This record gives sequence, structure tokens and C-alpha cells, in this order.
Amino acid sequence: MEKKEITVALVGNPNSGKTSLFNALTGLNHKVSNFPGTTVEKKTGSFKLSPEKNAHIIDLPGTYSLYPKSADELVTYEILRNKAETNYPDLVVFIADASNLKRNLLLFTQVADLKVPIVLALNMLDVAERRGIKYDIDKLQEKLKVPVISLNARKKEGIDKLKELLLNDDLRVTAEYFSLQNVNSQLLDDLSKVTDKRNKYAALQYAINASSLISEKAKRLNEIFKHYQFDLIGFQEEEVLTRYKIIDETVKYARLKNVSQLKASITSKVDKILTHRYYGISIFLVLLLLVFQAMFSWSEYPKDWLEYGLGAFTNYVENTLPAGVLNDLVVHGILAGLTGVLVFLPQIILLFLFIAILEDVGYMARVGFIMDRIMRPFGMNGKSIVPLIGGMACAVPSIMATRSIENKKERLITILVTPLMSCSARLPVYTLLIGMMLEDSAKFGPFNVHGLVLMLMYLIGFFAAILSAWVFKLFIKQKEKTYFILELPGYKVPVFSNLLITIYEKGSAFVFGAGKIIIAVSVILWVIASTGPQANISKIENKYEALLNGNTNDSVKKELQLKMNAEKLEASYAGEFGKLIEPAIRPLGFDWKIGIALLTSLAAREVFVGTMNTIYSVNDDGDNSFSHIKTKMMAEINPRTGKPSYNTATFLSLMIFYAFAMQCMSTIAIVKKETDHIKWPIIQFLYLTALAYGSSFLVFNLFS
Amino acid sequence: MMNLTQLGFGKKAIITKVNGQVLALKLFEMGLLPGEEVELENVAPFGDPIAINLSESKVCLRMQDAACIEIKTID
Repeated sequence: MEKKEITVALVGNPNSGKTSLFNALTGLNHKVSNFPGTTVEKKTGSFKLSPEKNAHIIDLPGTYSLYPKSADELVTYEILRNKAETNYPDLVVFIADASNLKRNLLLFTQVADLKVPIVLALNMLDVAERRGIKYDIDKLQEKLKVPVISLNARKKEGIDKLKELLLNDDLRVTAEYFSLQNVNSQLLDDLSKVTDKRNKYAALQYAINASSLISEKAKRLNEIFKHYQFDLIGFQEEEVLTRYKIIDETVKYARLKNVSQLKASITSKVDKILTHRYYGISIFLVLLLLVFQAMFSWSEYPKDWLEYGLGAFTNYVENTLPAGVLNDLVVHGILAGLTGVLVFLPQIILLFLFIAILEDVGYMARVGFIMDRIMRPFGMNGKSIVPLIGGMACAVPSIMATRSIENKKERLITILVTPLMSCSARLPVYTLLIGMMLEDSAKFGPFNVHGLVLMLMYLIGFFAAILSAWVFKLFIKQKEKTYFILELPGYKVPVFSNLLITIYEKGSAFVFGAGKIIIAVSVILWVIASTGPQANISKIENKYEALLNGNTNDSVKKELQLKMNAEKLEASYAGEFGKLIEPAIRPLGFDWKIGIALLTSLAAREVFVGTMNTIYSVNDDGDNSFSHIKTKMMAEINPRTGKPSYNTATFLSLMIFYAFAMQCMSTIAIVKKETDHIKWPIIQFLYLTALAYGSSFLVFNLFS
Repeated sequence: MMNLTQLGFGKKAIITKVNGQVLALKLFEMGLLPGEEVELENVAPFGDPIAINLSESKVCLRMQDAACIEIKTID
């Protein structure tokens, strides 16, 4: 019987349109996970080829060759080399940028020489044609001896033809592009005793890649290479040059002549402005400012609607569920915590959207280009800028994105400082605090002051990041030579559907990822905030019962109720805990309620807002609309000083604390995984906590 | 002998040789090969790195790496 599902791997150079093709094939029918044992993002999806046959498709990280230089390229190589690997494909769809065919075919011939069945999909023919490049597909097919089709991944053209081709069961590679005739066959035999028996090219390639590792096998491989005086780098260079020679012939043979070139490329013109020696960096900063302004002002209305909708929903639940513990838990625990965070979804989505647009357009690579020189003294390189900017959305995927940085030291430093970039989880915290500190309508010239303060917080994060990087540079040892070679892809208009898919992925990851933590934390918090040592709680209840019974005036009763709730919260386990740590955080201007929030924020920063909501909702007279948390926090009086608990100094101190402190379990986990050692997340946690504490202390004392 | 760092703004040249073991391999893979035509198109703020136009793509690299690429100008 015929196999029902085939595994298809999507392989190609970076910027060849792999993601567009993947989206065109699978739409929303895909999932994002990690490659086993790594944190490299793995996108898999499936689609129907015919009524009986499904295709399971894997998007492999873009790479330039099968001699991996960086951690993400290694993933692609590992999957293609190992037939026993679970993700090993039945078929490779190689997507090539037709406007840059020579370089794209280099990787193609390497993959084909591994003898994995392959089809070549020529993409971006329109871009090529504009530059006066056109190919005869039949001639390409004739020379390369594999099926070649043309498609336009962005416009979803040629997708059906590709699917039809994938139904073909007989797609073996018969051609050999690069032969090992110049390599000592005795050497190959010896190597294949250490590696397993397979095609000779694959064995040699594996031996070369494995020899740089630290293992018993690598030692033996190196001995063999040494015995035959085999020049590893020299061989790889020769291989690449030989392949280029063959490719050159093929491309010349298949290229149509007399195609007139249209206008000079728009990329050159745009780059003259965007990467300008003097204005380039200013343009970048202005762009960032616009992004933050837009993020702040565009999210206003959807945020109001969400607040209104969630408030109404909460009221509905409160009135529908029978009164009692369950009602209390759902309304004051879960819903209060969730509402506090969900209302920030519009801002977070906008931020992810802007970053995705900058990436899609091709601008991010330019930012790397103009910032490389600036990053260098701080022990990073231009490629670090992408994780750092991505860190404004979320440190977790950004730390994964450092995998494209070839140099280990630069990568490690980038990982260590990325959490200092103000991520979207801090947005709710900043927004709440800025909103309490400043009037809503405050303007500075044409700018909204809220947006400016927010921008300032992001800048503080950035400067803290590069200064810390500079310190790390002094302490971390450097072994390899560093280089920075980056392709600047042609500018493209972003594809709307691709952006939507990205937002959907990120948005749902936030809602479900953060949502789970927030619900768990909210429930625990609700429990410890509404229970306490029985004797103390009863004492308060008895005291107020008498007072309440003896009073008939409704407003007085309400006030008494509030006072009782406040005292009960203070007597609860949460209150006791907050008081326990209060001496440690008092120098920063924080009281025990903030102490509780700091503790719960250890799981994730955005929990701060949910916690405040829950605390002030437990301490509530029944009115739990979201905007009230602001009023309630503002009305809070610190019993120690007799002044409001929150003033400008407290707000600034809190914001600085949240800007620097490492309050994210997911980041700690990802750093452990990426650096492969528990040492680094511990160092990171300690230095960030020290930085946060010291800076908050300074700020609080300066402003109070 | 000229190298890529000496190429003038907007000027074209042909790569004659690429030095530097591992670096050369990476440069080859990115399409910077002997025989390939190059043109200096952009210079980043502070004069480093530089962006080079190849016949089919655009690549940027640092001055210290560009120094490993020998060129001859075309008139």
C-alpha cells in the first residue's frame, strides 16, 4: 500500500522566500515548536497532496552551505545528513532566489550530492527579470537533472504545480555535481570506518564537520586527517570553487540572452539614504520613535474596548455564578489577573507587527550594517542588533535568534544582555505606572508625554544592555577570530498574509504562554491573599462584625467593610510574606503590597499588573472595573509615613526595578538551554538583580 | 597590489584572490569569488563596515575582512 504521508523539507538560502512558500503551502495549518535538543524554532505543517496522500512539511533554517558556521545552520545540516533522524525528509524542496541563482545553487548541489530526492523551485523570477536575468527552465532541468519549476511564493503562484510534482514517487537524484576524484581513496575508506558507510561525499563532509567537535570520534577523525596530511579548509575551498565552476556553466547555458535590464535597482537608491554615513543612525532612531508613538496611540481604542468588554464579562460572571468561594476565586483571582494583562495585547501585537514589517522589508539587515561599528567595542557585532531589537518584544525568541551569530563570545554576550531590553511584558507595568504618574493628556510639543517616557525607558534598557556587554567583554575569554559578513537582501514590500500569520503566532504564544502562568499565579495569590492564620483573621472579623451590626448607615457600612478587607489582607499569608520582605525593599520605596507583586513577578513581569489587580480586588467592595485599580492604588496611604504609598519617587524606582530585574522564568530556561550551562543563567540573574536593586535605591533616594 | 579596502566609492573592480583560511571559505560561500565583479556601494557610519555590490547580490563586511580580498580595478 502506498505511504499516506511524506515528509518534505524546505531548504534554501536565507532571504530566498522560504517562509513565504511555507505559509503559501500550509496557511495557518502549522505549528511552531523547537527542534529536539535545541531551541531553534521549528515550523511544521501539513497539507493535502491528493485524497490519499498528505505532506508533512518542515521549514529548515536558511543556510549558505552544508559546512555550518552558526548554530542555526547546524540544525539544517544535522537533519539532512542523518537518515536515522526522525525529521529526515523523503523529499527536499529547494527554494532558490532566481535573481541570485549562482550562489543559491551552491547549497543546492551540496544537498543534492547527499542523494536526498530533491526538486528545485525557482522563486523571485520577477525580481530577476527586472535586473535583466531570465532562464530557460527546460535547459536548467536538462543540466541539473532534477525537476525544476518556477513559482512566486509571495503571490502564491505555481503552488499547485509544486504539489503535483511532490506526488511523483520517483524523484531520485542521479546526477553527481562534485566528485571526489582528487581525494585519496584510502583516506575515504579510513574515514568511513569511523563514520558509517554511506555515500562518500556525505561521509567526508560529516568527518570534516565532526572533526571540530570535542569527542572521541573527532579525535580519531583528526588523527586520520593528520595521517594523510589532509588540508580541511583547503579542501572545502576547492570544493566550493569547483561547484561554482560547474554552476557557472549551467547558469550560462540556461540563461536567456538579450533580456533588457529595466531601471537601476531601487535597493541601491534606498540604501543611499537609509544606510547613509551621517544620517543612517538618526533615521533609525526616528523610526524607533515613530514605532513607539504609534504603538502607544494606536492601541488606545482597542485597549478601551478590551477593558470594557472584559469588565462586562467579569460582571456577568460575578452575577451569574452562585455567590461563594468559586465565584470569588474566578472573579477576584483568575479574571482580575487575566484582565490586567490581556488589555495590553493590542500594544504587544502592534510591537510584534512593526518588528515583523522591519524584518520583512529588509531593513533589519541594514540596521545590523550601520550599527556593527558601534556594537563592536561592546563585544557584540551588527548581528546582535536583531536580538536586541527583538528583545523589545520578547527576550525568549530573541535569545534563540542569537544562533545566527557565528562567534561564540559575541553570541554569549548578546544572550546575557538581551533581557535588559525592555520587553513587551514590561509594557503593562510601565503603562500602569506612567499612567498614574502623569496626566493622560500631557503633551510635549507634538508628542504624547506618555510615549516619550516610555521611549526613555526603552533607551535606558538599551544603554544598560550595551554597558553590561562592555563589562562582560572584559571578563569572557575570546578564542576564535570574529568576522561580520551579512547579506543585504533587496527591499521588498511586506506580504500582508505573512504579517498576519506572524502576528497570529506571536499573539497566541503570548495569550496562551503568559495566560497559563498568570492563571496559576493568580490562583495561588488569591488563595494566600484571602486566607491567613485563623486566629488573626477571626479577631478582625469579630471586631468588625460588632461594628457593622451596630451601624445602619450604608456609606459608613461600606467604609467599614473596606477597612476590614484591608486589615484581612494584611493579616493573610500574602500580607505576612510581604511584611517579611518589606525591610529589604523599604530602601527602594516599596511597601509590602509591592513586595507581594515583586515576588509573583519572578515568574513573569506582566504578572505585576495582574497581582496588583488581584490584591486590590481582594481588598474590594465589589466594584472591580479595571480603571479602578489606578484610583485605588493612588488612594493608598502608607501607614508608616502617613503619606500616599505611591509618589513620583516610588513610580520611578519601580520602573527602574522592572527595567533591570530578571523576572522571567522562560528567559532563565532558554538561557540555560542556549548556553548549555546552568552557570550563565545564574550569573545573569545575580547581576541583573544587583543592578536593579542598586539603581532603584539610587533613583528612589534622588527623587524623594 | 590593491585590496578591497582601497576601492573608491562607486568604483568597480574584479576580485583576483581571497586570503585568510576560514574567512575565505565564508566569503566564497557568500559569493565573493575570484573573477567576480565588485562595486563599493555604501559605507556605514564611522567608515566601517562597507557594503559591496556583487553581480547578483549585496553583501556587507568589515574593513579588516575586506583587506583579505585582493582586487584589480576595471577602467
